Amino acid sequence: MSILVNKETKVVVQGITGREGQFHTRQMIAFGTQVVAGVTPGKAGQEVEGVPVFDTVAEAVSATGANVSVIFVPAAFAPDACLEAADAGVELAVLLTEGIPINDMVGVVHHIRHNTNTRLLGGNCPGLITPGECKVGIIPGNIVTPGPVGMIARSGTLAYEIVSSLTRNGLGQTTVVGIGGDPVPGTRFIDVLPLFEADPATKVIVMIGEIGGTDEEDAAEFIQTMKKPVVAFISGRTAPPGKRMGHAGAIVSGGKGTAKAKVEALTAAGVPVPESSRDIAALVQERLS
Amino acid sequence: MKIHEYQAKQIFARYGVPIPAGDVASTPAEARAIAEKIGKRVVVKSQVHVGGRGKAGGIKLASNPDEAEQVASQILGMDIKGLTVEKVLVEEACNIAQEYYLGITLDRAAQKNLLMVSAAGGIDIEEVAESTPEKIARIHIDPAVGLREYQMRQALFSAGIERTAVNGAVKFLKALYKAYLDIDCSLAEINPLVLTGEGTLIAADAKINIDDNALYRHPDLAQFAEEGEDDPIEAEAHRRGLQYVRLGGEIGVIGNGAGLVMGTLDEVKDAGGAPANFLDIGGGAKAEVVANALDLVLSDPNVKGLLFNIFGGITRGDEVARGIIEGAKRVDVKVPIVVRLTGTNAEEGREILKSTDLVPAETMQEAAAKIVELAYR
Repeated sequence: MSILVNKETKVVVQGITGREGQFHTRQMIAFGTQVVAGVTPGKAGQEVEGVPVFDTVAEAVSATGANVSVIFVPAAFAPDACLEAADAGVELAVLLTEGIPINDMVGVVHHIRHNTNTRLLGGNCPGLITPGECKVGIIPGNIVTPGPVGMIARSGTLAYEIVSSLTRNGLGQTTVVGIGGDPVPGTRFIDVLPLFEADPATKVIVMIGEIGGTDEEDAAEFIQTMKKPVVAFISGRTAPPGKRMGHAGAIVSGGKGTAKAKVEALTAAGVPVPESSRDIAALVQERLS
Repeated sequence: MKIHEYQAKQIFARYGVPIPAGDVASTPAEARAIAEKIGKRVVVKSQVHVGGRGKAGGIKLASNPDEAEQVASQILGMDIKGLTVEKVLVEEACNIAQEYYLGITLDRAAQKNLLMVSAAGGIDIEEVAESTPEKIARIHIDPAVGLREYQMRQALFSAGIERTAVNGAVKFLKALYKAYLDIDCSLAEINPLVLTGEGTLIAADAKINIDDNALYRHPDLAQFAEEGEDDPIEAEAHRRGLQYVRLGGEIGVIGNGAGLVMGTLDEVKDAGGAPANFLDIGGGAKAEVVANALDLVLSDPNVKGLLFNIFGGITRGDEVARGIIEGAKRVDVKVPIVVRLTGTNAEEGREILKSTDLVPAETMQEAAAKIVELAYR
């Protein structure tokens, strides 16, 4: 079992004819993902890696039955791409694009959450992967392996670091979900935790947060209602206030979003938060045995 | 991106917001000339990107041009929380009867923009929020319909703004909201909005932060970005398109991915070192970007050691290795460099680095321990 994506998932790639879109379409297919369609306006009729290209997401969905979209389009066009995917009725739209203006995302996230049946993951996220079944996005396929750990992370490469240490220690994953480093993400920790809680194959959840915002504190509150054990990690403990640490969302401002507050909230919820990421695997192992 | 008070006031003025007469000066003589032109009591205000300027002695009144010149000479060159004052705003002093707070910012938890109004203006709104949150009226802005006039009135009345001033204050809120959306602010504040003894309203201070992600569609704001950089290395990083933050310590850190770099900084600190910087080369960086990053970090004279932490995904280890060698050729490297390479093409990368002085490390914890040991030896 897994959450959100599995071997039945049919993926449409928005921006498939671009450099990144082409490259990662190849990678997703190599992993075993069913990539059934691509979209680039004006390029219908072409093929990329044997995948048919359509002019609109609606056409792609009706011709192929695609139920998940992955968006590789530049920031200026990405908000529109999300809305188009939701309008076409996909269940999940995965937005990888980085650098989208925050006020654009406020409108997009609000609309998709309240007026559509689509779930938006991202922006500025690496996507998600169900080992052995399906990868949507850019998480390297060779660092994951099937197993009982569900993982949710804001940062992409830090997730890679931690997931590969889990894999090295024989701790496989049900699904790894990258929610992204933007201040207004389509999906937050509290949106994913209930999915893992309900997934019978997931036995332990690893949650990787960072400074900025209060999503980790909200998650800590939710975790108190959960039955499954959670292990967390927070990066940016030593980051100074007022400085944006790369991610638009990774900033301590107005006394909010400190690592200390997050660690305290999680600890109070009974979640271990090691100082070093190297200790995560052992904590997960303890909770499995 | 933060911009200065005088720049924020210029922007608000374009939206019809009344601001005190005044101008910006870089020398005491210029300050004097501005005060002469105003011909009234003036206030001389340091233009730096930190709060608490008044408490630090960076805001002073002057009753005539002589005094304006004198206080400007005290304030210019002054150090406020590590920043040197290079400009002062000289403007007509208001006759203050009441001070109010008006602001719009993003509420991340609600995922909506938030209007805040308070009759307790003039001081740090975060302090008000902390000690007397009931003094701030808050209204979340629905993205679909926007901020409506009745909501503005509601906020102003419930905050306890002088009833006679409410209709006037609505005009300020409309301008504030329009500017917030038009130029993609992440924060827009008028604090204080002054109700004068004569019963008029004027924006005595203004603050605007602009969403960096939206700068591409505001080429006219580029001049503010140029003047907005406080740190010369951060300014150079900006020109080179690198995500760099100066942190003041001795261990330079370069990695790929913001979360991984932050995690690496934490490890360096745990190993007993003080990070000099945050630098994220991003995804899929080519050798040229890596070389640029290396020579930028080493341009900080405090740096005693450099740590690379690369987890290849889209980023390829061999590209990074070539970049490190290329960058090391450009500058005279006098400090130890530890390189931790893993993921895509990491073996090829390690092979390239074999015949160099660079110190390899297997994990990021080991890399942090090694660089701290070598740098402080």
